[in-house]
Amino acid sequence: MVSLTMTLNGEEVTIEVRPDALLVDVLRDQLELTGTKEACGEGECGACTVLLDGEPVTSCLVPALKAQGREVMTVEGLASGGELHPLQKAFIEHGAVQCGYCTPGMLMSAKALLDRNPHPTEGEIRQAISGNLCRCTGYVKIVEAIKAASED
Amino acid sequence: MSEELFYVGRRVPKLDAPAKVTGQVVYGHDMKLPRMLHGKILRSEHAHARILNIDTSRAKALPGVKAVITAEDIPEIKIGWARDHPVLKSGKVRSMRDEIAAVAAVDVDTAQEALELIKVEYEELPGVFDPEEAIKPGAPIIHEEAPDNIQEKMRQSYFHGDVHQGFAESEVVIEDRLRLPFVTHCCMGTCFCLASFSPSGDLTVWSSTQMPFLYQRDLSMALGIPATKIRVIKATMGGAFGSKLDMYPFEPICILLAQKTGRPVRITFTREEEFIASPTRQPVICDIKSGAKKDGTLMARQVSMILDNGAYSSWGATTPLVMMQSISSLYRVPNVKYDVVVAYTNNPYSGAMRGYGNPQATFVIECHMDMLAHELGMDPMQFRLKNANQPGDVTGQGVKITTCGLTECIERAADSVSWVEKQAKPGNRGVGMAAMIHVGGGARIYPSDGCGSTVKVDDYGKVTLVTGSTDMGQGSETVLAQIVAEELGVPVENVTVINTDTDITPWDVGAHASRTTFIAGNSARLAAADAKGQILEAAAQNIGEDVEDLDMKDGKIFRKGEPEEWIPFAKMVRSKHFRPDGDVILAKGWYEPPTERQDKEFRGNISATYGFAAQAVEVEVDTETGEVTVLKIAAAHDVGRAINPMAVEGQIHGGVSMGLGYGLYEELVVQEGEVLNPNFADYALPTALDMPPIESIIIETDDPAGPFGAKGMAEPACIPTAPAIVNAVYDAVGVRIRDLPITPEKVLNALKEKEAR
Repeated sequence: MVSLTMTLNGEEVTIEVRPDALLVDVLRDQLELTGTKEACGEGECGACTVLLDGEPVTSCLVPALKAQGREVMTVEGLASGGELHPLQKAFIEHGAVQCGYCTPGMLMSAKALLDRNPHPTEGEIRQAISGNLCRCTGYVKIVEAIKAASED
Repeated sequence: MSEELFYVGRRVPKLDAPAKVTGQVVYGHDMKLPRMLHGKILRSEHAHARILNIDTSRAKALPGVKAVITAEDIPEIKIGWARDHPVLKSGKVRSMRDEIAAVAAVDVDTAQEALELIKVEYEELPGVFDPEEAIKPGAPIIHEEAPDNIQEKMRQSYFHGDVHQGFAESEVVIEDRLRLPFVTHCCMGTCFCLASFSPSGDLTVWSSTQMPFLYQRDLSMALGIPATKIRVIKATMGGAFGSKLDMYPFEPICILLAQKTGRPVRITFTREEEFIASPTRQPVICDIKSGAKKDGTLMARQVSMILDNGAYSSWGATTPLVMMQSISSLYRVPNVKYDVVVAYTNNPYSGAMRGYGNPQATFVIECHMDMLAHELGMDPMQFRLKNANQPGDVTGQGVKITTCGLTECIERAADSVSWVEKQAKPGNRGVGMAAMIHVGGGARIYPSDGCGSTVKVDDYGKVTLVTGSTDMGQGSETVLAQIVAEELGVPVENVTVINTDTDITPWDVGAHASRTTFIAGNSARLAAADAKGQILEAAAQNIGEDVEDLDMKDGKIFRKGEPEEWIPFAKMVRSKHFRPDGDVILAKGWYEPPTERQDKEFRGNISATYGFAAQAVEVEVDTETGEVTVLKIAAAHDVGRAINPMAVEGQIHGGVSMGLGYGLYEELVVQEGEVLNPNFADYALPTALDMPPIESIIIETDDPAGPFGAKGMAEPACIPTAPAIVNAVYDAVGVRIRDLPITPEKVLNALKEKEAR
């Protein structure tokens, strides 16, 4: 086991992890942040997307030790001060959630987009979530919700 | 629709959405119990082989392994719709997904390592992988009980009228062979099961089932545990789309491991397992013949199908019954014949998937409607309108059509893609359409098609609906809360919904056949009406009024016509409670639709109403690359009444995307029984970049049998999309694709053939 220190959702965390542990497993199994989902284990579906220093990564492919000394944000860190993030509100109000399994990853990809491009076009939104698969919504209301959040 | 509605028809956000956007919802995949073990399953390396020996000794000796089981450890009972499927296999394996042994260990890695230590000796047998080959004499036999490889229960013939006469009276007759591939659900959340026994032997199962009560029965049967000792709780799941309709072998296996170890055991499928071991939509080989008079009157339709059942029979083996309904009843067609054979092969076995056979049936019908229209020299839209079902029709199969917005669906979908301007025009763009009929008021395939509900109102005015129905993520909880709020006259925020816990919730047949809004909605409405009556009765006694003079809206009780003088309803609930002869407000509803089971000739009205839809698409075909780009999809759906238009749109969008995937991208590549693409890199689901604009057009026909006029609409959205795209490709470049998906290669080959002609 080796020691891993990272800033997780704004707080410094130090834990012992296996050297070959994947970030998704450390988050879900050791830190009980089960909001992050694993749906393929091969980086193909985007359900496990978290932000690493603000950049979206598929945490099922990222060794946990890559997060050493860096900032990790998961869906649990999106709301702040008891207030939902505008993206979370928009996903609720626009019906962008059905089964919800892709939702945390979608939200993190969308947050990364809006952080670097606060007013994206529809094409830019679709590009930004093109690595996040959804089987329920046809993406229509997800795109609408991200658009609405960007206009807030 | 004259009545004023407060909560029905509103875009109420899903009740579970806040918990889902914050990551707080605990899915089955996230659940842990103290001392929980992880289960893993060893599957066959061969598609058809004798099992000579299974040596589990090394696996059993691995530290951290708590149990290893094989067929020897389980009652010799076969599961599945046709009872042809052993939970753990002994003697022989019939497909590459077959379960041979299972392990429970302290963690997933140890369980996986243990699987690798199990040695199985096989003697390979010749396999059969093509359903047409499977039913020829001399083919390898898959089940000794079915030496001709035919699932006898589903060898069916249906007719109405006389097709020979119908074709004789037709002036144009065409015949074709069409094929449909293996595709699969791709739920984002894979299958799971968590089982735990109490010291007294009571079993609790947290499951991804969409049919909790049939599941309880099936578990009891498979394990020999009395159903009275089994509690099934649906944990939050990541989609189902029919894939969780059956009980599968992994579930009794998980329970058996828990029983054996005396500890809770969870099995969660990996994505690869989900592709390999959860069921598929059944591939179909179809011969279809259609005939019409020169004026476009449809005269006859004859369909002969072979379905690939795979090695075992799930509920999915009964999809021919749903196919039959579209074949007999989509459009007015006086003479119909349908013959179907469900063939066993050594392929992965087929199951239930959104639409339940109807996407395949509608594909063949709607491709042929288009081809027949061109043969007749008619506009395919006009041909459809001429033959469209109308309200009041009773079809040859006894399908009683009450409300029917098919004509409006066709017209509105066509308008949305500027059909008249764009159809049959030069260039590489084209428009196409397809329509569909599907059950919209339940489906009586079981002795009861009912659903039970209770409504409890507490002293503070909180309303709890306990429904038999199951929310799989589609949003039925929210729709039912709106129905209860409307009927009872309380704000929707006051209503909470509990579903799918067999110790608590009343019986329901399950979430299938697009029946929940209609059946569970009617049931919830009855319970709410009963609760309202009890509250108004209490109020009448309390304030000395006649109950007939009182009403309740928005949580307020008032004299009819005097809405400004009101009493909070919770106060009246308490008034009933806080007195010597007091009582609580607890109401129940049971709704059984007024339908009938089919007779031996498959005639009968199995649904209380039917849903209709038409989708029109515009495509562009690149004749250099063969690539098809869908530019727009217009989806017009007769939903009776949209209880929640936002949820209805969500179902339409999701269905269309599944239909688009079926049309253009998706195919589970199965070679000699092996799935070659069990991952999202090689099985192409539509992404956000692949989805064209979708215009959802909601047609409200206010069905008198439905709750506030609603009928089922969730499966239909995926049904007409693929044939509409095929038809649009024909309109664009004049080539007819006869099997899905429409790959660039198939388009290029078809273009070359057309050139050569």
